[in-house]
Amino acid sequence: MNSGIDLQGSFIESLKDLGLPGDVAKAIWLPLPLLLMIIGATVGVLVVVWLERKISAAAQQRIGPEYAGPLGVLQPVADGLKLVFKEDIIPAKADSILFTLGPAIVVIPVFLSYLIVPFGQNLVITDLNVGIFLWIALSSIAPIGLLMSGYASNNKYALLGGLRAAAQSISYEIPLALSVLAIVMMSNSLSTIDIVNQQSGYGILGWNIWRQPAGFLIFWIAALAECERLPFDLPEAEEELVAGYQTEYSGMKFGLFYVGSYVNLVLSALIFAILYLGGWEFPLPLDKLAGWIGVSENTPWLQVITASLGIMMTILKAYFLVFIAILLRWTLPRVRIDQLLDLGWKFLLPVSLANLLITAALKLAFPVAFGG
Amino acid sequence: MNLAESVQIVSFGILSVMMIATALGVVLLSNIVYSAFLLGGVFLSISGLYILLNADFVAAAQILIYVGAINVLILFAIMLVNKKEDFSTLPNRWLRQGSTAVVCIGLFALLGTMALITPWQLSTTSPAVVENTIVVLGEHFFSDFLLPFELASVLLLMAMVGAIVLARRDFIPDTLPTEEATSTSLTLPERPRELTTK
Repeated sequence: MNSGIDLQGSFIESLKDLGLPGDVAKAIWLPLPLLLMIIGATVGVLVVVWLERKISAAAQQRIGPEYAGPLGVLQPVADGLKLVFKEDIIPAKADSILFTLGPAIVVIPVFLSYLIVPFGQNLVITDLNVGIFLWIALSSIAPIGLLMSGYASNNKYALLGGLRAAAQSISYEIPLALSVLAIVMMSNSLSTIDIVNQQSGYGILGWNIWRQPAGFLIFWIAALAECERLPFDLPEAEEELVAGYQTEYSGMKFGLFYVGSYVNLVLSALIFAILYLGGWEFPLPLDKLAGWIGVSENTPWLQVITASLGIMMTILKAYFLVFIAILLRWTLPRVRIDQLLDLGWKFLLPVSLANLLITAALKLAFPVAFGG
Repeated sequence: MNLAESVQIVSFGILSVMMIATALGVVLLSNIVYSAFLLGGVFLSISGLYILLNADFVAAAQILIYVGAINVLILFAIMLVNKKEDFSTLPNRWLRQGSTAVVCIGLFALLGTMALITPWQLSTTSPAVVENTIVVLGEHFFSDFLLPFELASVLLLMAMVGAIVLARRDFIPDTLPTEEATSTSLTLPERPRELTTK
């Protein structure tokens, strides 16, 4: 396996060549990926908000945002600026500490989860051994923030919304984790890099989506429920709960919830792309093609091309999934809360358990195809 | 002292202070909701300490199980009940407080002696040397820790079966008057499904 481009190593080496000690070079490198992560996630949110408005408009035969910038691309920026300058209101009888803390607890774990999203062999902030498990663990913190903001708002709709959000996310976490576990079992590793590498080599035919036809559906349904997207947006169902746990929020605290939900959507799409759609892999096996036309895989220009293609492929796959999520939003009606919990516990949980068992059996029977 | 060591020492200090402060808050605050939220802080700082010990899987499992499941469950129960109750002082309160103090001091002494007499020097299998913690954990689970592992899974299975039996009860409001007399404060107003669907 070729190592590709190692940005961290070459950055630190070049600083050392300038005469800086190793520790200082590392300390200069440390904040860069974090900044890049936050900027990348925020830009991703702006794009998704614009896409959501445009695709929703197209689905309803409207035009959508048009005047802010060409094709309305600056509309999300205008939305964000409006939220920043809005007055920050804390209701009179609300618990102001918990009220302020709630949105932060919802947003921080989502941004932290970007640590494990790889865009290439070395284009990842940390390649952890626990990789994908970290994402599952971090996403389980969010319900605490939702419960906190629901409780602190001192509003019956907010409390109901917070309780619903917590119930929904703990019930759908289990099928989500079980479907991820089936992938992990085939890859023999929790690391996201290993999961993508296990799918490489055969182009589109090697992707996990063919080996996990039930698993990817379960994952997608559970991921939509975790992101509180329609048809599972019960915590903020407008007709029943005003806006759920967001009812009392305004200004940038509401903005944090808004950003958090869209960052979470992009993150789920990215993780889906990594787990089932081959991550940064091109639909054709590029390294084999390069071998056939006689280019060594260590050629610098080939490495630059594959790295940039990898980033583009990851983002393209993720945005394709976001597109499907937005289309689903305008296609499916919202489920009731009892239907939601029934679907989670009585259907998805047994199916994902069966999927796990079948994957284990297939792994034992056909170790060539299912990663022995 | 290089960069990594100083970062470790500083984060150890921050995590310890955070853990002790939040733990004291859990015990001392009178608002039970605050206590429950601070308990999440305790679990998070414990998980941070695990990360400092290179136990990455245990740290993530700590967050998933304790923060994501147990703490959310506690909060859920508190918010569903949400009952304001004024506690009157009991007649023999000192007796209860005294026995609690004895139990706590005994536990503290036990754990303290355990921490003091255990040899803590790093062996060759220390977590700092282990490359992939998950593989080592799995090997231990299926070799020398097999019995505790299986016992824990049987225990969890029993708990799950109990939860399903409780959850499958239907509410039957029109019970026979003869059954009313026998019901105490401990019997539920519902009956298992098999008894009612004849």
